[in-house]
Amino acid sequence: MKDWKYWVAEQRGTLFAFVTFVVMFTIYVSNHPAGFTANVVQTAANKGVLLAFVAMAQALVVITAGIDLSVGMIFILTNCLASWIVVGTPLETALGIVGVLLAGLACGAVNGLIVIYGRLQPIVTTIATGAIFFGIALLLRPFPGGGVNEDLADFLTGKIWGVVPVSLLVLVAVVLLVWVPFSRSVMGRAAYATGSSEAAAYMSGMPIRRAKFLTYTLAGLLAGIGGLFLTFFTYTGEAALASGNAYTLFSIAAVVLGGVSLYGGTGSAIGAVFGALAFRAIGDLLFVFDLDPLWQPLFQGVVLLIAVSLGAFALLRVRNKLDWFT
Amino acid sequence: MSRAVPLFRMEGVSKRYGGVRALDGAELTVNAGQIHGILGENGAGKSTLIKIMSGVVEPDAGRMMLDGKEISFASPAAANDAGIVCVFQELSLIPHLSVADNIVISNPPKRFGMIDRRKQRAIAKEALARAGAADIHPQALVKDLPLSRRQMVEIAKALARKPRILILDEATSALTASDVSKVFSVLKRLREEGLALLYISHRMHEIAELADMCTVFRNGSNVASFATGTKSGNEIVEMMIGREYSNVFPAKTPPVLSEKPPVVECRHLAWTDQLRDISFSVRAGEVIGLGGLDGQGQRELLLALFGVLRGVSGQVLIEGQPVGIGSPRQAKRGEIGMALIPEDRKTEGLLLPMSVRDNLSFAALDRVSRGGIIDGTAEKSHIDEMIRLLAIKTAGTDIPAGALSGGNQQKIVIAKWLMNRPRIILLNDPTRGIDVGTKQEIYQLLRKLADEGAAIVFYSTDYDELIGCCDRVLVMYDGGIHRELAGEEITEHALIASALNVEEASVDRTRVAGA
Repeated sequence: MKDWKYWVAEQRGTLFAFVTFVVMFTIYVSNHPAGFTANVVQTAANKGVLLAFVAMAQALVVITAGIDLSVGMIFILTNCLASWIVVGTPLETALGIVGVLLAGLACGAVNGLIVIYGRLQPIVTTIATGAIFFGIALLLRPFPGGGVNEDLADFLTGKIWGVVPVSLLVLVAVVLLVWVPFSRSVMGRAAYATGSSEAAAYMSGMPIRRAKFLTYTLAGLLAGIGGLFLTFFTYTGEAALASGNAYTLFSIAAVVLGGVSLYGGTGSAIGAVFGALAFRAIGDLLFVFDLDPLWQPLFQGVVLLIAVSLGAFALLRVRNKLDWFT
Repeated sequence: MSRAVPLFRMEGVSKRYGGVRALDGAELTVNAGQIHGILGENGAGKSTLIKIMSGVVEPDAGRMMLDGKEISFASPAAANDAGIVCVFQELSLIPHLSVADNIVISNPPKRFGMIDRRKQRAIAKEALARAGAADIHPQALVKDLPLSRRQMVEIAKALARKPRILILDEATSALTASDVSKVFSVLKRLREEGLALLYISHRMHEIAELADMCTVFRNGSNVASFATGTKSGNEIVEMMIGREYSNVFPAKTPPVLSEKPPVVECRHLAWTDQLRDISFSVRAGEVIGLGGLDGQGQRELLLALFGVLRGVSGQVLIEGQPVGIGSPRQAKRGEIGMALIPEDRKTEGLLLPMSVRDNLSFAALDRVSRGGIIDGTAEKSHIDEMIRLLAIKTAGTDIPAGALSGGNQQKIVIAKWLMNRPRIILLNDPTRGIDVGTKQEIYQLLRKLADEGAAIVFYSTDYDELIGCCDRVLVMYDGGIHRELAGEEITEHALIASALNVEEASVDRTRVAGA
């Protein structure tokens, strides 16, 4: 085999997500009444970026064979917090942003501490902490309201050079600053190793616990960036339970669509980003085909089921049936 | 060659697991520039020895010295840092990472805090070349490689850590013949370079070819060390035997010759490369043992019979009629009536948090229910009967199975299947890790069931059990039946010699199965 074929084998999940996105987005744009214009792209980007951040957060945890059901609530909590503190002079706004990001980081760290040192199962832990995060969000914003530095918000949700959506650039920047260093660090590799085979990772002397802790913490940070952007789009904070739950579940869908195996060890956050963008494009397809929005959940569900089934084909090759359960 | 200070020395090292003494005052001296072979039968303490040396488990007592200085390891990483690296039999590779990622895993080259992938590839290439596996691409994913290639990666990974002592635990068991000769020349070169190698193998001819020194372990202690070539294969087998023989087994009943077809018969069973051309039959009232070293296909054979494996070729006949068994559910049905007592009772045999009653009736729910509704009275009477029959010590049928002792848990696993009144009982090492008293009860139960007409296939890693319980023993080697021993032929000597594939005169004429 040639070198590039090995690269393809390693990145299969991410490439699958990329192709899915390109296909879905092409169908979407080519049927859009306005066509492929800067405005259409900007709207799509702004919608997609929110889910992309939350999906990246989820992907990090899923790579270690864990799951984080609190990402949607961290997203909502940081939105509510941002609607209080990301206001005022440029300096105040900057400090506010730092505060929001630290809050996200702290939420993730709490998850990590409980899961790793409390030895509780991620799924239960994050359901509980998610409820707590939402509770705090409700205390912060019992009713929708608050504000945000609108100059900054308009800039970050607008276009630069007349064509490129700024939100997309921020997404790329976050991928480059958070994901790329992580994935190439010893910790990142330990995270993959843990998800792939925790026993083998232990036998190889990998820092399993630190790697897991880091993934939960970074997941909190990324969900926090998502919450920040939600504030920039809506100009308000709202403790919306339905929205938080939807983002949590969609993040799992985006991760699977993005080629990250729920069994851990494979895929990348970049795949999850494309998974999120593809998931949004699928959801919006109905609108360009002028179908009743009532169909959207049904349609999205079917597409998701198909995507997940593609991953299950591997089971057909199993020859010892006991391997189905491991 | 004697040096004032050996490279590595271990003195009085002991380790217990629960009530089992895995290692008892073991001593070992390893010199640089030597290949040291370690021999011993299943459970002699070899794996515990290397786990202690490589920092996987900590000893309860004793001391280890490297260059004359006392050392102890808190983790495998600490042992690696000290220069002791182990190539494990159970692979320690991460399946979803590339070969290069795996090779440098404990200490990847870094640039600006990130892993330097170009350098990593160069290191991996060099290590693969040193291990004689330059044909493996450093970027291939480990999960896509066949087992023999993975083993080569494992060796390359160990070499990349620049060890002073390299431990190889059954390193060649998964390798093809051409790989073995490559590995051997690599190992000999490493010896020239001054490394100390510890070579654990069940293959005597490999030890004979490679090792300079040999140490034999038995019952957790080292019984002898000698220079290779000074002892015959036969003498070594004698050293490995010698456990105390206890009279815990019920008398065997001579099999009744009958015209009826055997209860179960296999013809030419094969599955991937782990089972090869297996033919044998079991008559009603017979207890057939599966012998041989651990991992020669015994477990797979039982799983294949029980319908767990896919793509098994060959034929299974039940009372002379060919049948296809596609799942455990089919296997347990009345017309076949098979039961498998699995190896790992905690995951495959019991639902630990559920009650004793639920666990007992799982396999036999069909018998105690009518129209899908469980008949509580019938269930209770069946369960009480089983608890009496097996003398299960439990405070009641409502407590969780996990609260019972290991021996009683194992009895529940057996009882659960007996409730189904099986005709064919497969047992996968049922007495591992349980106390002697319970073992004895299980032996008596097996004989009783056989006398009542069951056909029993019994895999055990304990040779005493095979000798004491079985009418015939099929010794497996490398996925096939290597030898069949019957009646008086079943001796410890014959079992070990045939398990190790040592051909010598003192073993009486043996019949080859399927011939």
